[in-house]
Amino acid sequence: MRRFSWFNATSLTLGFAFLYLPMIILVIYSFNASRLVTVWGGFSTRWYGELLQDEAFLDAAWVTLRVAVFSSTIATVLGTLAAIVMVRMGRFRGRTLFSGMIYAPLVMPEVITGLSLLLLFIGIGLDRGIFTVVLAHTTFSMCYVSVVVSSRLATFDTALEEAALDLGCTQAQAFRLVTLPIIAPAVISGWLLAFTLSLDDLVIASFTTGPSATTLPIKIFSSIRLGVSPQINALSTILIALVTVGVIAASLATKRRADAAERDARAAIRT
Amino acid sequence: MRRLLIAVPYLWLLALFLIPFLIVFKISLSDITLSIPPYSPNLDLSAGWSGLVDFVRALDFENFVFLTQDDLYWKAYLSSVWIAFVSTLITLAVGYPIAYGMARADRSWQPTLLMLVILPFWTSFLIRVYSWMGILSTEGLLNQLLMNLWIIDEPLQILNTTTAVYIGIVYTYLPFMILPIYAALEKMDDALLEAAEDLGCSRLEAFWLVTWPLSRGGVIAGCFLVFIPAIGEFVIPSLLGGSDTLMIGKVLWEEFFSNRDWPVASAVAIVLLLILIVPIVLFQRNEQKAREAEG
Amino acid sequence: MSQTVFAPWSDPGAKPLIEFRNVTKRFGDFTAIDGLSLGIYEKEFFALLGPSGCGKTTMMRMLAGFETPTEGSILLSGQDLGRVPPNRRAVNMMFQSYALFPHLSVWENIAFGLKREKQDKDAIDARVTEMLRLTRLEKFKSRKPHQISGGQRQRVALARSLAKAPKLLLLDEPLGALDRKLREETQFELMDIQEKTGTTFVIVTHDQEEAMTVASRVAVMDEGRLVQVATPPEIYEQPATTYVADFIGDVSLIAGRAKPAGERVEIAWAEGQPPIVATSETSLSTDQSVHFAIRPEKVHISKERDETRPNLLQGKVEDIAYLGNISTYHVRLSDGTLLKAQSTNHRRLANRGITWEDEVYLSFTETAGVVLTE
Repeated sequence: MRRFSWFNATSLTLGFAFLYLPMIILVIYSFNASRLVTVWGGFSTRWYGELLQDEAFLDAAWVTLRVAVFSSTIATVLGTLAAIVMVRMGRFRGRTLFSGMIYAPLVMPEVITGLSLLLLFIGIGLDRGIFTVVLAHTTFSMCYVSVVVSSRLATFDTALEEAALDLGCTQAQAFRLVTLPIIAPAVISGWLLAFTLSLDDLVIASFTTGPSATTLPIKIFSSIRLGVSPQINALSTILIALVTVGVIAASLATKRRADAAERDARAAIRT
Repeated sequence: MRRLLIAVPYLWLLALFLIPFLIVFKISLSDITLSIPPYSPNLDLSAGWSGLVDFVRALDFENFVFLTQDDLYWKAYLSSVWIAFVSTLITLAVGYPIAYGMARADRSWQPTLLMLVILPFWTSFLIRVYSWMGILSTEGLLNQLLMNLWIIDEPLQILNTTTAVYIGIVYTYLPFMILPIYAALEKMDDALLEAAEDLGCSRLEAFWLVTWPLSRGGVIAGCFLVFIPAIGEFVIPSLLGGSDTLMIGKVLWEEFFSNRDWPVASAVAIVLLLILIVPIVLFQRNEQKAREAEG
Repeated sequence: MSQTVFAPWSDPGAKPLIEFRNVTKRFGDFTAIDGLSLGIYEKEFFALLGPSGCGKTTMMRMLAGFETPTEGSILLSGQDLGRVPPNRRAVNMMFQSYALFPHLSVWENIAFGLKREKQDKDAIDARVTEMLRLTRLEKFKSRKPHQISGGQRQRVALARSLAKAPKLLLLDEPLGALDRKLREETQFELMDIQEKTGTTFVIVTHDQEEAMTVASRVAVMDEGRLVQVATPPEIYEQPATTYVADFIGDVSLIAGRAKPAGERVEIAWAEGQPPIVATSETSLSTDQSVHFAIRPEKVHISKERDETRPNLLQGKVEDIAYLGNISTYHVRLSDGTLLKAQSTNHRRLANRGITWEDEVYLSFTETAGVVLTE
């Protein structure tokens, strides 16, 4: 007996309305013909057209995409390594400092992370641009990857690896053939998380980038500081659509995999 | 092999996390100059030991003293903590019923509801804050609605006030509150509530004596997950807040980009971290306790 | 020395504590309880027995107040429970999962219900101490539920539900989570506590041995109906239907046609075989199709043909289940019917003569089995 009352139904309805209405309104108004963003002037896709002609936005999108791909890929490798070090390497000198350095960026205010990296880049005389943003994004997102992967590694049955060694694998083979396929879903979600964090970041990128590389969030921020603009509405709609499609596809894929696993398990019981 | 595996992420974090942080600390003890970089002293390695001594001598706590003298800074710290605190409480009040409703909903619905809570988290933070600008502005939809309903005669000034900052924080951090509370409630055995009723509790008493204490771990975790990042928040106060909304993240940003006073900006950052240490340590303790209770 | 037998159900003047009157419970299209009437008497230890989905849990939840009957009424001491909410009933429940509050200590768990009654502190203290003593938990009173063993948790759950001295205690599969040995010990403990406190117990279980051991009366349920309500010996020796006979203990069933002959009945069960002779309390008509049910321990097995024994049947040993103290022989009769016979192993293994594929003779007395019509 689940006690689902009118109270629960009301709080869920209001709660999800609160979470989604602002974004739905944004999407609706992106098709507004009027330049006055709060007055409905009929349906139009004109702002999408203007957006796609705006070189500055396209450039920024391209920069952001490159930064996100590079930083999330490097962060996934480093974060997975860090997770293995934390979960599997046992004790070593400086372990406490290492775990501190992995968890601290998760709670560090972005303004401080950005400021400190900028001071470093200036200190060693590194020219700021895409490269420095990639370095900065890699550093904080590898910590997120490491948390995601180590939680999977912690529940991983080491007997599987021992079985592989027992059957003649080397350490490296055991990792590649047994451990990696099992932790792969966590590594992939780590990559997705790192990718999203990089796409989303305004503050750290603002500190660490130079004039040559303006990322999309920086571009959006500088234009919405001045107020609501129909072009940004259109851009937001595109981004929201991409994320929605991505998340729904991912959850469908997960569900299908789970269903298939369940079906296999049932079939196995029957035979 | 083992050493190499440890060394790669270790050195990366040393170089790009710890050393930059030490640099911030060092600059917070330096003086502002009109040179490039705009602070002194700089460590002169060619001068050897005497250079190092001169360098250390030139450091002082002047910037920190300055922070205490100009009331802008301590007001900004106080108001950051206050705004974070109030918005955490509001987020809890909004988030708890949602998490509760989710945990009570039919099992087959729960994955979908969970996905609906997580989905906004994947959407750009900036866009989620921005979406409120069109709603809250004086010509915005909220004012239009209220005026059409004859509730108000004149548009309310909500955008560019602290109220808008509260709304923004509650909106963007709501999933962080819902998820841990939901996780705690979802684990709870329904039979516990039946047992409480069987032993003479009304539904309200059963909630207060059983559900609430059992979800407290999730509530505490959720509150910290909102409170800690909200203190250092920059985007929300700068887009939704007004000129009188003081938050330290914004102050630091302006100190750095507008005033170009790097030493003071660094000192602001160091003090902000010192303020954050208390809730962070408390949060870690709570997590530790939760893990022990489970294991 | 005369002792009156505890059997209020056979006293027409006794008023039942609990009365189900034509109770029906439906969940959507599904009928969980179908027009059921039943009386449970004070100080009874009453067991509801049946496979999962038979409606026993629904009956218990209606008693506790978590479900309300769709039709009919339930009376407690003559008063309609109707829509009295669970927290206002003089009925307490011990949950299958125990449902101990994980954030409260053993002491606080037991005191939980008493505190709701706003009793004064000393009274609560005294009652909790009494309960702790009754369940031998004094040493663990300040521990949390996750710091004690499964058996101790079970006793905390019992103490908590007994603390308010309910008129009726409901036990939902109370021993299901315990291992076999602990379960057997706990069964006797339960009976002991029930006797000491004089509380009426209603236990729900799917374990027939448990029901037979603890209960004064057992109700066997199937698909929302009561099939038989009787004392354990009656259920075992006089099952009302083949369903009950099959559900409780081990039984062999032989289908045949009845031919009443005075007190006795002859059952023709196979071509060219002498009929089985049995006694029957119900009156049967000639050629009525019946089942003859017999328990394995009531069947004598021997390698020698002894013509003086009644109901002598011949067969071949197909399987032997050796259980230490007893052995069960599966004997295939000439027409293919399987009959089980049990014998105690009072001799060492090597000295017993019967083995696989042996021709054996089975026999049983006229009163050993039951004739069942449904």
